[in-house]
Amino acid sequence: MSQTLAANSDRMIVFDDVSKFYGDILGVNRISMSLAPGITSLVGPNGSGKTTLMNLLSGLLRPTRGRLSVLGMNADQPEQLFRKVGYCSQFDSFPAGMTGIRFTSAYLGLHGFDRRTAHELAWTALERTGLTEAAKRRVAGYSKGMRQRVRLAQAIAHQPTVLVLDEPLNGLDPLARAEAMELFRALARDGSHLIISSHILHEVEAMSDRVVLMNNGYVVAEGGTQGVREEMPDRPLQILVRCRRPAALAAALFTGEHVTEARVIEADNTSGLLLRTNDSEAFYLLLNKIVAEGRIADLGLEGVAPVDDDLQHVYDYLIGAGRSH
Amino acid sequence: MDTTGESHATTATTTIVSRPEKFVGNNESAHTARRSSWNLWATQIASILRLEATRNFLSSRSMLIYLLAAMPLLLLLMIAIIPPNVRDWGSLADTKNAFAVFYEALILRTVIFFGCAWIFMNLIRGEVVDRSLHYYFLAPVRREIFIVGKYLAGVLVSTSFFVTMTLFAILLAHLPHHATASLNDFTNGNGAAQMFAYLGTTLLACIGYGAVFLLIGLYFRNPVIPALLLYGWEWLNFLLPPVLKKISVIHYMHSLVPVPVGAGPFEVLAAPTPAYISIPGLLIFVGVVLYLAARRTRRMEILYGGE
Repeated sequence: MSQTLAANSDRMIVFDDVSKFYGDILGVNRISMSLAPGITSLVGPNGSGKTTLMNLLSGLLRPTRGRLSVLGMNADQPEQLFRKVGYCSQFDSFPAGMTGIRFTSAYLGLHGFDRRTAHELAWTALERTGLTEAAKRRVAGYSKGMRQRVRLAQAIAHQPTVLVLDEPLNGLDPLARAEAMELFRALARDGSHLIISSHILHEVEAMSDRVVLMNNGYVVAEGGTQGVREEMPDRPLQILVRCRRPAALAAALFTGEHVTEARVIEADNTSGLLLRTNDSEAFYLLLNKIVAEGRIADLGLEGVAPVDDDLQHVYDYLIGAGRSH
Repeated sequence: MDTTGESHATTATTTIVSRPEKFVGNNESAHTARRSSWNLWATQIASILRLEATRNFLSSRSMLIYLLAAMPLLLLLMIAIIPPNVRDWGSLADTKNAFAVFYEALILRTVIFFGCAWIFMNLIRGEVVDRSLHYYFLAPVRREIFIVGKYLAGVLVSTSFFVTMTLFAILLAHLPHHATASLNDFTNGNGAAQMFAYLGTTLLACIGYGAVFLLIGLYFRNPVIPALLLYGWEWLNFLLPPVLKKISVIHYMHSLVPVPVGAGPFEVLAAPTPAYISIPGLLIFVGVVLYLAARRTRRMEILYGGE
């Protein structure tokens, strides 16, 4: 392996043909991908393998086949690996009898911190998750959102550079969700890896640098939402062009081969053209040319916007609308 | 001195988002506070002991241990308050013999056995049932250190309960009936040596049974059945041929108790194992068990759904 590749793998999370089976049941199969720093969201229906992938990443499960490394380390090196990795799992359970501050600080002793430092780090983490007021109350009396936040605090308390968050927004009210998302972005800006699973697609889209779509244990697609969308040639991109003369525009656009379908839309006070193209770049170039050269008189172009290049549509196309995710 | 934690503490804010300084990326400096491996392992074991102390002394699950430990004391207390004119207690020697039977039959074979079963089998299994084991597995702790810490926590908890209970049992068995003779025996006779022998036997029983139950808790999804089989094996030990007798904990404890107790006319006699063999042998056995437990734990996965 070259030095550059080795140096890169020390900054990446690498899945190399990773499979996990629970007896005869498939967890994930043949996952190969490399994740760079930033926010990576795992999206998929229930049972698609998101949590299995996260548990593999955090060493709670061992791959049946293949290898994975986190910043060049694997789960056989817990003393190094878990200084860098924090995991906020979906297990909504806590050791009995603990207060929020005790729960957050208790496990920091296992990192080698003395009790005073552990307490200070725990308190800082609780501040970041907005839980200081309840810190001295028993976790057993917390609401679901508070339990979610104290787990998040426990996961970030030792200041990991890789944060694995399984449905971290579950149970949070809208304000706390927004704050949590801002926290995730701040951590990503600092160069951390954040691997997040969520089923709220518009929130995923708003905060993620890349998405990994999973279904039935396989990675269906990965990359930026736009990039994933563009790699679906069987699903031409839909673009809505609002203008006064949609029929004329349609005729002009059909001179190029990349527009496959066009539908004129006429409503009370507006008109437009809904079209499909399998080469959005060529389409935009042609449209620019038509407008710039004034080929259509009184076109009255008001707006151009893709209508199905968001994560929801990508999800629906690849995994299927109506499935729970 | 590590100042990282202080800098975090002094820049405290009250919301998730508004803390301005870089949070992640400075963990290297925070981790420079860590010590050498031995110191780190000692700190980690101390942390495990603190966590386990909370779990084992203060949780609802520990109620059974309190009840078990109280059982012999309540029995002895009831006997102690029987008026002297109701029953003739005989001599101090008679009381010592009676206590030896009481200790082996009730304290050693029942209370300590089941107490250790409960404590040590729950060290790992209880965490799986509570779905909290992953917090340990997500910490930078070698699984070997985790197992040693857990085992020491079990020894600490079990000896706290049962050595204390044994001490009070000795006092309750002797003082109410032969106060003067007992005190005299303690200061001038062999009373003190016998008391320490009982306490030491209790300690070693916790160490020995603890190791066995730790292993059972790790290897069996339902550890109750193997625990009951072991209970039968330990009780029937007096019937076993000498070679098989040695594959048990009770044989070595039986050899260590200060007042020998016969097991009746059906007992198959075997030479007691001397302390200079039984104690190092027990410790070697514990070492082997911890090695096996660590091997098992290294391969463990978190699959709560299957439990």
